Amino acid sequence: MQIRIQNLRKDFAATAALRDVSLEVRSGELIALLGPSGSGKTTLLRLIAGLERPTHGRIFFGEEDASSLSVQERNVGFVFQHYALFRHMSVLDNIGFGLRVRPRARRPSRNAIRARALELLDLVQLSGLEERFPSQLSGGQRQRVALARALAIEPRVLLLDEPFGALDAKVRKDLRRWLRDIHDRTGHTTVFVTHDQDEALELADRVVVMSNGRIDQVGTADEIYEQPASPAVFSFIGESSVLPVQVKRGWIYLDDRALDLRVDCPDGPAELYLRPHDIDVVESHAGAIPGIVSAVRRQGGIRRLELETGARRTRVEVAIPADQTRSFAGRVSLRPRRWRVYPLNGGGLQSGGDQAGA
Amino acid sequence: MSDVALAAGGAVRPVTTETRAVRRALVAAAVVFLALFLVLPLAAVFAEAFRAGLAGYLAAIREPDALAAIRLTLLVAAIACPANLVFGLAAAWAVAKFEFRGKSLLVTLIDLPFSISPVISGLVYVLLFGAQGLLGPWLKAHGIEIIFAVPGIVLATIFVTLPFVARELIPLMQEQGSGDEEAALSLGAGGWKVFFLVTLPNVKWALLYGVLLCNARAMGEFGAVSVVSGHIRSLTNTMPLQVEILYNEYNFAAAFAVASLLAGLALVTLVLKSVLEWRYGHALSAAGRH
Repeated sequence: MQIRIQNLRKDFAATAALRDVSLEVRSGELIALLGPSGSGKTTLLRLIAGLERPTHGRIFFGEEDASSLSVQERNVGFVFQHYALFRHMSVLDNIGFGLRVRPRARRPSRNAIRARALELLDLVQLSGLEERFPSQLSGGQRQRVALARALAIEPRVLLLDEPFGALDAKVRKDLRRWLRDIHDRTGHTTVFVTHDQDEALELADRVVVMSNGRIDQVGTADEIYEQPASPAVFSFIGESSVLPVQVKRGWIYLDDRALDLRVDCPDGPAELYLRPHDIDVVESHAGAIPGIVSAVRRQGGIRRLELETGARRTRVEVAIPADQTRSFAGRVSLRPRRWRVYPLNGGGLQSGGDQAGA
Repeated sequence: MSDVALAAGGAVRPVTTETRAVRRALVAAAVVFLALFLVLPLAAVFAEAFRAGLAGYLAAIREPDALAAIRLTLLVAAIACPANLVFGLAAAWAVAKFEFRGKSLLVTLIDLPFSISPVISGLVYVLLFGAQGLLGPWLKAHGIEIIFAVPGIVLATIFVTLPFVARELIPLMQEQGSGDEEAALSLGAGGWKVFFLVTLPNVKWALLYGVLLCNARAMGEFGAVSVVSGHIRSLTNTMPLQVEILYNEYNFAAAFAVASLLAGLALVTLVLKSVLEWRYGHALSAAGRH
């Protein structure tokens, strides 16, 4: 089921949680809404489910305008961060709930409901736990029951609100892979909300990056990571360092020093965005970024240098393989392999490069 | 080395533990106090009630006025408890699941009957519905009796017991939030199904707890009921009022016989309350204790 969102706006009292958001989710796609808290991602999900009413805008399920449908009529599977399992019902009754509450004419027989619930319990790999109560399950098991319960109603779309947010790191990783697996098997159009970029980039076909109630960028993990559309996306995804620079006739200047980085954007103040592992430490030369090492830390397979660069002593982080054993102290020179420049007042104009000067 | 020395010394005790003498003194003080102010009077009630033997006890209770008082008390409780159950649920639902203007005022108002003297609550009804009251002439013209009649007693009792159910449910429902309800809605359940299959089961033990306390108070209320009742024998006397009348007539055996029923009710309530707290403490966890 394709989902089309048109100019959606949602105000809570005086504050806008979502401002003019449009998005298309393809049928069978697994899509992640990624953003910091307060970015409007959960609001967008709840609007799709019908748990909130939009102030303005429309939502289409396929060709049908779902904007005016109630939650019940939308027939969506919703999985909550804190599971929201019915604590007084067994696992089996929880899963069968959506079928049991159907009007008599559409309600399957008692046996059919039981059979369906058992089948779903098998799908989420919890066979044998049907008589347990939610309080007797671990967090990961509860979330799997919640997913089985949402799938039981054969939803048109599956919506998950920070589904792994309340779980510990190890369980989280397992469930992540497992959710992808279930999605590939059942083929539901799935939208999930997360603030964990690893989760979004690893799991989703496409990632929607949001901030301040707006969509910053929609794209695959590669697109989001390699071509961030804005400084906000660049700094939200992965690690980054930012240097204040000047652009003059297509060259980047740090203070008065011309770096051998060429860009295609207008003259004026700009910001140079760098990722720690995209920077080389090189022999001193004219076009490199000079820096003073202030700290060296070993972190797993990499060595992390903290440097101060430029007249304003801006902090830059560099990650290099740990087997590079030469000592790093005092003055060094840096050359970015990949980088992006965003003009400070250029309104979305941007430029980036690989292997500058090559 | 120092560990061994300490253990051998034997005089080591946790910093929060007092010496044996202090502990014994504290326990003794508590026991004496409890015996003097609770156990002794309770025992006295039953001892006095059975002073004339079992036959005398039964005769006192089977006396028509006493039977009428028991019936009226049961009737009042049978009306007040369901009324407050419905009100309590509605109020808690509104407070816990919705945002609206005047919400904190409502929560404060619910506690009013607890902070006001029951006599005042009774007087308010007299001022409102009595012969000289605000609505008195209108009621008289339509032949409706409220004050010095059963409706007045019921109204006063409902007022006095109003907070019990609501106070039990509000914190619990606030803590539970609306996640379960949203899940049920998303699974296709309609409003009533959500209420009966999800909301109500989630609060059932707290609800029972509230009704239990409400019932105990409804049956035992004296002040408010005394003001609006008029003390008409076998018509508007509830059990507590009957006890007072009998006592004032120096009919001690009968007074204590009826009183023993109320005391018995209190004990049963206490046991049920403890059972609920022990068995379903987790389901009542957010509820404030009284």
